[in-house]
Amino acid sequence: MPEEVSVLGSPAAQFKEEALIRRIKGGERDLFYELIRPYERRVFAAALAILRNEADAEDAAQEAMLKAFKHIDQFRAESRFSTWLIQITVNEARMRRRKDHANIMEPIVDQQDEEGNYTPRDFADWREIPLETLERKEVRQKLAAALASLGEKYREVFVLRDMQHLSIEDTAKALGISTASVKTRLLRARLMLRDLLAPGLGGSWSTSASFEKGVKPW
Amino acid sequence: MVVRCEEVWREISNYLEGEIDPILRTAMEEHFRECERCAAVLEGTRNVIELYGDERMSEAPLGFSHRLRRRLQENMVPRRRTFLGWMVAAAATALVAGSIELAHSSVFGRPAPRSEHAQPGKGVPPDMMVVVATEGKTFHVRGCPFIHDKARLQTITAREAMREGYTPCVRCMKKYLSS
Repeated sequence: MPEEVSVLGSPAAQFKEEALIRRIKGGERDLFYELIRPYERRVFAAALAILRNEADAEDAAQEAMLKAFKHIDQFRAESRFSTWLIQITVNEARMRRRKDHANIMEPIVDQQDEEGNYTPRDFADWREIPLETLERKEVRQKLAAALASLGEKYREVFVLRDMQHLSIEDTAKALGISTASVKTRLLRARLMLRDLLAPGLGGSWSTSASFEKGVKPW
Repeated sequence: MVVRCEEVWREISNYLEGEIDPILRTAMEEHFRECERCAAVLEGTRNVIELYGDERMSEAPLGFSHRLRRRLQENMVPRRRTFLGWMVAAAATALVAGSIELAHSSVFGRPAPRSEHAQPGKGVPPDMMVVVATEGKTFHVRGCPFIHDKARLQTITAREAMREGYTPCVRCMKKYLSS
């Protein structure tokens, strides 16, 4: 069966999505998989941002999608389906996180004052990390480790906005916070990541013994 | 208008989002030309956004879609069914054989091959490293010209590939096919 290609979020895709939701509500339940398919990765990424563990994130993502399926009748067309789905995922992941005792281990950076000004640490000329290096698994792992070291409230915002490309407004809705908070946390997350990826400052890059202090692994 | 470094750092994110008033934008552009430190912060932040925004950074684990679909199917089946009901359902499922959906069905045990045309492999060394595309159906040796979706490849062992329902490529894995 040839697959229809429609750009995510385009009016055509939106129209197709609304039609799908009507049919599912009307009883054609097996169309649900088609409805969530474009958002699978986004749902997983949102769960991973909160839980930081792939197995837990996968389980939470599956559970969230099952909940969306069971409550599809409660979905109202005034909000976007993707935002609604991410909201359910965020709630599911946060609930699991609260139950989890690892909670206490939240990194210290989380206790930083969100409103206070952040001073970048590394002013060395930024040597660009080329996109091609993402082909290498160890580079992706390093980037993921840097992200995992941020506090939850920064991770959530950064993942939804900069990795899953939600708008500022949709990020705010999905997380239940104001757009002003999204902007403040986003700034902080970006600057912290930049610091973590800059060489020679005891960031995640220099903790590996495989390359010398101050030398980037590419 | 002159801006200080501290103000530049506070506004750098909005600057990159394009959400900033034109006067401040001009002042910041001026500042970046003169201040190497802030220029480095700007370049680094832009680089961070570009790297993490790449879809290679947001991969779901191998087999994620397959397992999700299976879990949804298990939960879409009405809970209480009589024996007769099950027989009717099984017969109905058999009637739609030929549909690709069948390949994903959990009714017939797991792992189901991802393609209904697939031939199972015989004697594929389980630890051989092979490549698969997340949405694909077959596994290949790296560099096989018959890989369709070259952008989204993952390298795994043949054992994992078979467990996830991938079947051997009829070209590069020819010697392992049973017929």
